[in-house]
Amino acid sequence: MSEQTVTRAHLSEAVYQEVGLSRNESADLLEMVLDEVSSALAKGDVVKISSFGSFSVRSKGERIGRNPKTGEEVPILPRKVLVFRPSQLLKARINEGA
Amino acid sequence: MTKSELIARLAERNPHLYQRDVERIVATIFEEITLALARGDRVELRGFGAFSTKTRDARTGRNPRTGDAVRVGSKVVPYFKTGKQLRDLINGEASA
Repeated sequence: MSEQTVTRAHLSEAVYQEVGLSRNESADLLEMVLDEVSSALAKGDVVKISSFGSFSVRSKGERIGRNPKTGEEVPILPRKVLVFRPSQLLKARINEGA
Repeated sequence: MTKSELIARLAERNPHLYQRDVERIVATIFEEITLALARGDRVELRGFGAFSTKTRDARTGRNPRTGDAVRVGSKVVPYFKTGKQLRDLINGEASA
């Protein structure tokens, strides 16, 4: 299987084909969708997209890591990570190849 | 935020668009990502993140109720890796 990479250009082209806005506006709308999702997550909101999946932010505490090159111990500061949980439907469709 | 709240926010920011069109825009984006993953493609949205799939090998699981061994076939699972810009935004280090 030759794996391809889908980018913003492909997604905004799909919006252009499907909705009939101009190409420019289609690209803007895609960006707005990503913006809205990002800022909701930045506020700590959970973003639930039904039949696709949900994005949430999890806090991780401080822990001790090691510089693999020098073996030196370095504290890894507390941080937040984004977790994506695919919906059952998304998992099913990916396994059916549709 | 749910999908309908996302649609409402976008409709608010784009009063010149029909609500129906905003719904189709949002649906199209997530549908295209799904179709790409189903083809085995990856979806890379710089600054936001990348969706890809990973193959999980077949394994022998157990029915937690009865303890019986169950054969679990190999499967493909979706995976999302957060983009650098979004990771920084979430950690309150907004980079321009």
